[in-house]
Amino acid sequence: MKTMIKSFIAIFTLSVIMVSCGDANSNKSTKQSGALSGNAAEKVYVAPGEHDEFYAFVSGGFSGQLAVYGLPSGRLFKVIPVFSVDAEKAYGFNEETKPMLMTSHGFIPWDDSHHPDISQTAGELDGRWVFINGNNTPRIAKIDLTTFETTEIIEVPNSAGNHSSSFVTENTEYVVAGTRFSVPFPQRDMPIDEYKGNFKGALTFISVNQEDGGMDIKFQLRMPGFDYDLSHPGRGASHGWFFFTTYNTEEANSLLEVNASQNDKDFIAAVNWKKIEEYVNNGGGKKIPSKYAHNVYDEHTHTATSTMKKEVLVVDPEDVPGAIYFMPTPKSPHGCDVDPSGEYIVGSGKLAAELTVHSFSKMLKAIEEKKFDGDAYGIPVLQYEATLAGAVKQPGLGPLHTEFDGKGNAYTTFFISSEVVKWKLGTWEVIDRKPTYYSVGHLMIPGGNSRKPFGKYVLAMNKITKDRYLPTGPEVTQSAQLYDITGEKMELLLDFPTIGEPHYAAGIPADIVAKNSKKFYRLEDNKHPHAVKTEAEAKVVRKGNEVHIYLTMIRSHFAPDNIEGVQVGDKVYFHVTNLEQDYDVPHGVSMIGAQTSELLIMPGQTETFIWYPKQVGVWPFYCTDFCSALHQEMQGYIRVSPKGSNVPIKFTLDGDAVDAE
Amino acid sequence: MKKSKILMIIGSLLLLGLFAFPLWNITLEAPQYPIPLGMDIHITKFTDTNEFDIKNINLMNHYVGMQYIPETIPEFKIFPIVIGIMVVLGVIIGFMGKYKLYLGWFILMSVLGIAGMYDFYLWEYDYGHNLDPKAIMNFKNPDGSVMGFQPPLFGTKDILNFTAHSYPRTGAYFMFVGMFLTFIAFFVGKKEAKN
Repeated sequence: MKTMIKSFIAIFTLSVIMVSCGDANSNKSTKQSGALSGNAAEKVYVAPGEHDEFYAFVSGGFSGQLAVYGLPSGRLFKVIPVFSVDAEKAYGFNEETKPMLMTSHGFIPWDDSHHPDISQTAGELDGRWVFINGNNTPRIAKIDLTTFETTEIIEVPNSAGNHSSSFVTENTEYVVAGTRFSVPFPQRDMPIDEYKGNFKGALTFISVNQEDGGMDIKFQLRMPGFDYDLSHPGRGASHGWFFFTTYNTEEANSLLEVNASQNDKDFIAAVNWKKIEEYVNNGGGKKIPSKYAHNVYDEHTHTATSTMKKEVLVVDPEDVPGAIYFMPTPKSPHGCDVDPSGEYIVGSGKLAAELTVHSFSKMLKAIEEKKFDGDAYGIPVLQYEATLAGAVKQPGLGPLHTEFDGKGNAYTTFFISSEVVKWKLGTWEVIDRKPTYYSVGHLMIPGGNSRKPFGKYVLAMNKITKDRYLPTGPEVTQSAQLYDITGEKMELLLDFPTIGEPHYAAGIPADIVAKNSKKFYRLEDNKHPHAVKTEAEAKVVRKGNEVHIYLTMIRSHFAPDNIEGVQVGDKVYFHVTNLEQDYDVPHGVSMIGAQTSELLIMPGQTETFIWYPKQVGVWPFYCTDFCSALHQEMQGYIRVSPKGSNVPIKFTLDGDAVDAE
Repeated sequence: MKKSKILMIIGSLLLLGLFAFPLWNITLEAPQYPIPLGMDIHITKFTDTNEFDIKNINLMNHYVGMQYIPETIPEFKIFPIVIGIMVVLGVIIGFMGKYKLYLGWFILMSVLGIAGMYDFYLWEYDYGHNLDPKAIMNFKNPDGSVMGFQPPLFGTKDILNFTAHSYPRTGAYFMFVGMFLTFIAFFVGKKEAKN
């Protein structure tokens, strides 16, 4: 009994100690997590007046645009209109930018933007341009990073669902666009169920002029009728090659979710573009009739022109033997990512249990030793084992995309298991995994797909948000999450909302880009045919039923601001020039009843909109962008007389003819 | 050659710096201008510190009815001639080696300098006070008089939301050093004459 009591007391005492110890521990851990979350806040806090360390160009997805964020703060700086009209900036509304959205199908006011990629020199980010693909009506756009404006769009013919795009080669020799849908090539009227063997997939190599960035289709590869999902260039030793994931090697044309998931392995297509380039430079390839738009914005005329191209150079794989090989990759691979050294090609079989990594050097050896496993439409299929570098076992469910930190680690997103997994190149061991909220798609490390990644943060772009933000009705905000990857373990730092669906992003250290950012356009370089560079030149001219108003704006008035002689039924052009030559002094202009957007005109720029006056009266126009303390005074009137009226054209400022100044 | 002669000649020649470098600078700082607006005053022209600064100073100043800074002023014709004559004169006097004339040159140059500053002050005063009666904004001093916007002749002054700085630039330092050398030349010359 005594011993029982003794042992009871002993147990009691012990448990008290343990409990109190436990308490102590739990207190401590609470404090620690407090300190940790405080630390996370500090890591993303950019104090007022200070600048972010990185630019992140985040795809606007089905908004068709490209959003510019700062990292680590996650602050939105600008939405660059690319494939969709933007009433705020008059993109696609003013006469100058309407040609940017021309295609062989006519004016298309929207697209589904996907994969931004920053130009490179010697495999490193150079910050000259961002390229991005329009998925729906296949196009590639180029954004100039001195102005952060879209300056060129080229349509991609014979393509549909322009998805394995728009990735650049190591020196931006090419920006590459691959088709997701195979289609009749060239297009023709034919039964859909004759898909197999008849539909083809276009892989398009668009050359980039190193002087002005001008894009031109160098050649299109007419590949077998698979779906080309994603791609990345070789780099370092593998420079000169391009890798594309394929699915639907079954060549199904209906119920793809089942019928395109039958083959145990699909392919990664390895394309030796240098070899094909040489073939083309020596006169190889066939020019076939084709119709596609090439739209270029000129910074000096502030105007875009659209040219319809008539033919494209096509190369069939059998014409250049030894230029293309297929590497079997399990289960409908999605992401196709090449590590900074160029040796490893990661294929994310989105239905596979493991992550497949091919070796470039083993691939070359396998080609040399002819380790083939038959062919597909004449393209040799390499033996799976012969190119395999290794596999990450049990990495997670539904691997999609991989980026690299430049320290020998890779980071892969897993859509189904909602996580980012860090693993080691070479040993293929999983080092860390962190949940994402929720269902992550792409991820981005600044420079993470170049020779020189800046492995400080990884940005996960998520497909589902659920409970992360305040609800906004059935449509929930799109989201990204930022992780610190400087340590052995990843640390979740920040959630922030994005526009559209963020399909991929491209990040770059701010100092590479910020120093080149233009402050305004020089008025003396303005070559717009309707520019007026002084108030004295402002005028109103009637040509039949067209009235051209040459308007100037400077703080804070229009010249002229009283206009008479306009009639119902006229077509009134406003050619508006911002005479300012100072940073951050745009002016806007809008006319009551104009069936278009405002104009938002940067200093030194000229833009044009058209107004069809329908009602007699005196109608005002005003400046829409707060420009100075007298912004509210920046306005004007137009007198609209009945059709056939004898009121003459008259234009004044402060009661005087404008040229009196 | 005598030391005083050399000093006199070099001192006079240093005035040539005024043809190469700005004489004066006026800079305006305001919260909205993280990069301040500035105007360099040469003996022949006004120039922007950063491109388009003068245009933007004019735009700012029109709110309070100040006149535009002119493209050119008569002084830009007179100053180079005066400075040119003084340089030639100084060099000739230097070669002549009459030390009393050194002092004469120095006094003449000082008088001209003061006249120049006075002229500058008059322009500044007019610029800051001769306001358009239709000015967008009118400001009164606490005593009820119309507020002027004259930049300081020398130094720093707050004018509404701007802080104005007015200081000599490289050209002026060339002139000051040059004049100082001619002044020294006088004493050195005097000493040399005694010996």
